[in-house]
Amino acid sequence: MAEGIMAERGRMDRVRGDRHPERDRNQALTALTMDPEKIRGKHAALCFATMAVMLGLPLWWKTTETYRASLPYAQIGQLDSLLLRLRVPVSVVFIQGSLPIVDQQKLPFTVVNERDVPLKCKMKLKCRFQQAYRMAGSHEERALKMDTIQEAEAALPSPKEDTVGSLNIFVIPEKSSLLPQDKMSYVGPKRTAFVRGAQGRQALTVIGQRVLQVAQSMSLTDDVLAAALGDRLPEDKRSDDKRRPLKASLGYEITFSLLNPDPKSHEVHWDIEGAMESFVQPFLSLFGALGNFSMDSQILYYAMLGVTPRFDAASSSYTLAAHSLPHVINPVEARLGSSAASLNPVINFLLYVPERAHSPLYIQDKDGARVATNAFHSPRWGGIMVYNVDPKAYNTTKFPVKVNVDMVQVMEVFLAQMRLLFGIPYPQMPANFVLAGPPSEGLRSWELDRLLWARTVENLATVTTTLTSLAELLDKIGNIVIKDDVASEVYRAVDAVHDAIVELAAGNLNSAFHASREAVTSSEKAFFDPSLLHLLYFPDDQKFAIYIPLFLPMAVPIFLSMIKIILENQKIRKDIEKVD
Amino acid sequence: MAMAAPLTLHLLLALLLGSSGPSRAEPERDSLREELVLTPLPSGDVSATFQFRTRWDSELQHEGGTNHHFLRYAVLPREVVCTENLTPWKKLLPCSSKAGLSVLLKAERLFHTSYHSQAVHIRPVCRDSHCTSISWELRQTLTVVFDAYTTGQGKKDWSLFRMFSRTITEACPLASQSHVYVDISKNSQDNVTLEVSPPPKSTYQAVVLGVRRTYAVYDLLNPATFSGSRSLNLQLRWKQQQDSGGHLVPFLHAQRYVSGYGLQTGELSTILHNTHPYRAFPVLLLEIVPWYLRLYIHTLTITTKGKENKPSYIHYQPAQDRLRPHLLEMLIQLPANSVTKVSIQFERALLKWTEYTPDPNHGFYVSPSVLSALVPNLVGTKPTNWEESPLFSTMFPISDSSSHFVRLYTEPLLVNLPTPDFSMPYNVICLTCTVVAVCYGSFYNLLTRTFHLEEPKRSRLVRWLANIIRRIRGVPPL
Repeated sequence: MAEGIMAERGRMDRVRGDRHPERDRNQALTALTMDPEKIRGKHAALCFATMAVMLGLPLWWKTTETYRASLPYAQIGQLDSLLLRLRVPVSVVFIQGSLPIVDQQKLPFTVVNERDVPLKCKMKLKCRFQQAYRMAGSHEERALKMDTIQEAEAALPSPKEDTVGSLNIFVIPEKSSLLPQDKMSYVGPKRTAFVRGAQGRQALTVIGQRVLQVAQSMSLTDDVLAAALGDRLPEDKRSDDKRRPLKASLGYEITFSLLNPDPKSHEVHWDIEGAMESFVQPFLSLFGALGNFSMDSQILYYAMLGVTPRFDAASSSYTLAAHSLPHVINPVEARLGSSAASLNPVINFLLYVPERAHSPLYIQDKDGARVATNAFHSPRWGGIMVYNVDPKAYNTTKFPVKVNVDMVQVMEVFLAQMRLLFGIPYPQMPANFVLAGPPSEGLRSWELDRLLWARTVENLATVTTTLTSLAELLDKIGNIVIKDDVASEVYRAVDAVHDAIVELAAGNLNSAFHASREAVTSSEKAFFDPSLLHLLYFPDDQKFAIYIPLFLPMAVPIFLSMIKIILENQKIRKDIEKVD
Repeated sequence: MAMAAPLTLHLLLALLLGSSGPSRAEPERDSLREELVLTPLPSGDVSATFQFRTRWDSELQHEGGTNHHFLRYAVLPREVVCTENLTPWKKLLPCSSKAGLSVLLKAERLFHTSYHSQAVHIRPVCRDSHCTSISWELRQTLTVVFDAYTTGQGKKDWSLFRMFSRTITEACPLASQSHVYVDISKNSQDNVTLEVSPPPKSTYQAVVLGVRRTYAVYDLLNPATFSGSRSLNLQLRWKQQQDSGGHLVPFLHAQRYVSGYGLQTGELSTILHNTHPYRAFPVLLLEIVPWYLRLYIHTLTITTKGKENKPSYIHYQPAQDRLRPHLLEMLIQLPANSVTKVSIQFERALLKWTEYTPDPNHGFYVSPSVLSALVPNLVGTKPTNWEESPLFSTMFPISDSSSHFVRLYTEPLLVNLPTPDFSMPYNVICLTCTVVAVCYGSFYNLLTRTFHLEEPKRSRLVRWLANIIRRIRGVPPL
């Protein structure tokens, strides 16, 4: 109240125009600092500014933010430095006489050997061979009295632990005639192997080493791992020919095409249906766990290779040099038309019957020698085989010549190529090993196990890469939306990875593989979900166009009054200093 | 007449169950027939129809009868046809474009025509009269109409080389039949109006679309066809200037249009012509109208010669928004030599703003209606052996020889829908923001400004005037 009167008086003084400098300045000062209207205005402006900052900004921020469900970033970060323990259960069975009696007494129940597999990335891989020792039962003793090793193997009772991923190694007496004298071990087509025993003081250690050697070559070896992991291995471990097998996928399309570029001269018949039933189906039924396979076949006429073969006068034949093979595929592929039908990778197998003018046609390797199979394969694409028509058939006047394709010869090549395409190289064994031929299906059981191991590891590596890059992307680009279902896929993938690791460590290969496949599916689904991109291409200029009509008229008065208040405050402070 | 016909793909989908039979005899090679029919018209247009038929015996059989629950019908009302449509179509041909009639299929010539129509038909056909086993048939047809009159500087004569810039050198080695037919029906006994060279070895007479036609036949598998020269370059010369002596009008033809004004309602009209001089026949009319045209089924009127024509059968399935279109199927009797108008009113629906196509003011296409009819022939024919007769007459074989089957597609329609102003959301944002800003601004001013009462300063003139008024009122002056 008192201030009000003073202000009134001040104004009256000014109007009257008194000339008392001391009083005048004092009154002006009080008028400046004390004017209640001005103070109220100042408070109101400050109130507006606080409201805008405290309420408006958070509200705007909250309502316009891109939705992100919470993700297990910590767990994804840990995936990068994963430790995989592959447990390989090995049951070692000692036959009577393979071990000195002394050692038989102190035979340990289990022995565990670990082997590190070097990798380029932070992921660690350890192979853990868990050897369970026991003496042979009477059935096994009787079976191993057979004359040849194949008979012995057939007579062996199917072991209890004959599950996917496990090994059975029989230690036979050192002098046994089952194996040739210079050979130490035998690797069978099933999950069974035979190892020569030893005598002497260090017998158990020697046998242990031999068993380990066999187990290592039957489980995840470096070359299989190299094929599966590709560029994740250190450079020196990578195979020279850079064989890259097909990526793990939920299904594969296999297309067999018969190319007949010269239907005027050749009328080619192939019994592809029968060949599929008798060769391809049994082979693929072993792969049932890897994914679904669908097969089709077609005959294409006037489908030419992209390269004109060179005439070789010496042998009066035509040759395709190794360096021209890359140019062969592209013109043919335009006519195949098989990739349109499905999202799964397509494997092509082409049987090319060269035109009469260019036959016989042979493929030359880099050294200029003829390739025995007259076939080649292209990683991740498929294989091509050249099938030459018997020149005697041309000794007629009646064209076209009927050609019946020998499907056994063709399918041998195609199945071998299929093995390579799926990443099952021919097993490399030490010199003193006997390697049994594959069973009729064309694949040894332990080779399949190896493939499953490799695929599991590959899947886990793929999931790790996918999830880590997703996390990195989210960190870098703020506009990516993560919906709840995408987040749940990520959680599922992480959980499945942990499941797979646990199952691997427990030695359950099948369930580990399934878990890893589930992880891949979930992580890919999350990574390629279209909802991630919904706001990605929302340009900044559009945002400004929408915000400016609202924000500019609201923010400018607040800013102006703030500046004014600050300026006035500074002025008052100066005036007070002057007064002092 | 520049018109690109819609690419209609008829896919007869049957339920296939794959099971491989035990029989493994020497499989027969898929039988292939190829055929080119050239029809010169007096106006100078030349229509060329290619047909390729591949037939193979497969163990794929449909289980039991055809289940109509699995019958699907889909139409893309408009597609711009270009080489991208031709390339995959050519890939399906056994001889690709390397040999036989298919060497004539050069994209740059085929798409410079006044009409282009391309089709693929897949269907099961009976192997014998009792239909105990089934073969599969893939029929590929391509029809183009060349305008020889304008491209030939006023001459109506043409040759294969002028049309396709290629000539035929051989038949496809895989084909069991390879023929070229030239329609020479204009030649009567005494009046030779056209001349074909080289002269045909044989002629063929057939009843096509109810009218007797005569064709010159060239068998490409017969080496005599190519004797004299390496290649076959068919040439046709018109002998005398023949004026449009009776245009050939098909017995059944139809038109379709949208009428009405404004953007709320409209009317779909289909006009069916029966030009047969003395026979009436029924027509099955199938209309599939998208849901955003809401049909008023009670306004369906069918009038013939000014009188109401009651359809003998109507099947109507109403549309469901965003799920399923209207389906209207009617059997209408068309009296001889008459015009029938089928009209139905509709209301245009409002779409959600994300449902509009990128160019919404262009309009929305409505699929053509389909007419199926057994049209009576003008001349009687003997029952023919369908397997022996040329492909162009066996697309729809019927046992009754007094009529022929016709399936007609009317033109697709372009309908405008009410289109919103797509900048509206931004306008609304701007307007709201302006209103908010004005309110906020005055409120802000009111709350933060200080107001002083100030003595009004008046000019001398105003004071003088005020004093005069005051003096008159008797109030003391300022």
